[in-house]
Amino acid sequence: MLKYWPVLLVVAALLPLASSSQFLVNLAMLTAFSALLGQGWNIACGFGGLTSFGHAVFFGIGAYAVAIMQTRFGINPWFGLPAAAVLGAAAGAVLGAAAFRAGLRGSYFALVTLAFAEVFRILANSLEITKGGLGILIPLHPALANFQFDDRREAYALVLAVLAVAMGVAAWLRRSRFGARLVAVRENEDAAAALGIPLVRTKTQALALSGAVTATAGVLYAQMFLYVDPSIAFGADRSVEMLLVAMIGGAGTVWGPVLGAIVLHLIQDTARLLIDTPGFAPMLYGAILLVIIAFMPNGIAGLRLPALRRNRVRDA
Amino acid sequence: MLEVRSLAKRFGGLRAVKDVSLDVPAGSITALIGPNGAGKTTTFAMIAGFTVPDSGAVRFAGTEITRWRPDRIAALGMVRTFQITQPFAGLTVAENIRVGAFLRHHDVTEATARARAVGTRLGLGPMLDRPAAALTVAGRKRLEVARALATEPRLLLLDEVMAGLNPSEVNEIVALIRQVRDGGVTILLIEHIMQAVAALAETAHVLAEGALIASGTPRQSAADPAVVEAYLGHGAAARMARHE
Repeated sequence: MLKYWPVLLVVAALLPLASSSQFLVNLAMLTAFSALLGQGWNIACGFGGLTSFGHAVFFGIGAYAVAIMQTRFGINPWFGLPAAAVLGAAAGAVLGAAAFRAGLRGSYFALVTLAFAEVFRILANSLEITKGGLGILIPLHPALANFQFDDRREAYALVLAVLAVAMGVAAWLRRSRFGARLVAVRENEDAAAALGIPLVRTKTQALALSGAVTATAGVLYAQMFLYVDPSIAFGADRSVEMLLVAMIGGAGTVWGPVLGAIVLHLIQDTARLLIDTPGFAPMLYGAILLVIIAFMPNGIAGLRLPALRRNRVRDA
Repeated sequence: MLEVRSLAKRFGGLRAVKDVSLDVPAGSITALIGPNGAGKTTTFAMIAGFTVPDSGAVRFAGTEITRWRPDRIAALGMVRTFQITQPFAGLTVAENIRVGAFLRHHDVTEATARARAVGTRLGLGPMLDRPAAALTVAGRKRLEVARALATEPRLLLLDEVMAGLNPSEVNEIVALIRQVRDGGVTILLIEHIMQAVAALAETAHVLAEGALIASGTPRQSAADPAVVEAYLGHGAAARMARHE
């Protein structure tokens, strides 16, 4: 039975679609959304070992892009979605080309990504086109054609669909030549280069792919909540949530972010019931991150559940 | 196949490689030997694009490749191994080799089959599905060679692939290297084990303190007084001559 847990998980994910409980649908939607964010990070950082601490930059670019396009230029968000994904990919390519060409990796790359997201937050706070600190309110016109949803279940179904695509990308990475070469770069850059893998290009492509997926998540966020402001879009806690979800579940695996999102939301919601102090969540995140790094560096997936086997085995 | 001209590299005040020129004819096994710290690995690193030389030139198969990136050099057909083995520790042995096979084979099934064939040929058959981290020193050395071979190189640079192996393992890898050469791959190797160099190489270049001090067959090179001095210290050659 345990062997079929991904099937059970998919069934469990589909159940709320038939439920009339707003609470259940909301919980499932936020969990699936976290899994999507985690998968966006995972594509570059789990498979490619790029330690990004500023992935919110892609999320924010997606969210702001779709919001600005429809409020300013009247572009339908369904068309805004692919445009935002392309912008996310472009941001990944630019950041990657600049950072990797300069030879930045590990904590240096982490600092640069953190700074990159901060710069975007400050820009969004001060520019006129993003309406500064006020943020952008997307006018409410619930209709499927407007990419707005009356019924939470419709929104949830869309999040699930995008999550399925993101997981498809991760599954492709596990099986393809590009993915194998990306993992090789993560494991050992010198050896990868010696075997003919172009380091800068491979890492930049991974970051662009990750940027596109994460920007798409930003679009979904904007359309679900119809509001974007600089700290929602580019805040550091968004970046931390993404890497936390992937790392709890297991970075560099297909199912890791899903498991991570479920566990994180369980912990988070239980904690919220017990202690309802603002600022408690980030503290909790920090504590969880420390525990993960210290005791389970490969996340839940590292615990070797069936169907996750053959994953990252560090030096024995 | 490979022409190295006046390569030089300085690290701060240390002139690691002063002036190295050598040729590796197509189809040959050529050795680069010398005492520890002579600059052999630095020379290798410059040839393969891992270290940018201060001056000098490298031509491979008629193409000027000085200052090229390692991956472009590998794509052109020259691949190195590492003295300190660099496995992809989180991957299986077969997956490690497959990373090399992916250079020429874009199809996943084909690359996997190639990788398993190369691994089996190098005696890694029973270990193919084990994590690379589980390999012994000898196994890791074989993995280095297997990965490089899977890229289907024209010229293979082997950096001390026999160091740390026992005599029977050395014999096995000597036979293997000869077999690789007979398969049409030119080989340049760095080696300390003279018995292996003598058994394999047609030509041995001797490097000491960053400069080539002798070239010839391995036996000629080993008998060269300058080489004896480089290994055993000043005056050693004269003392040895007296004892004979």
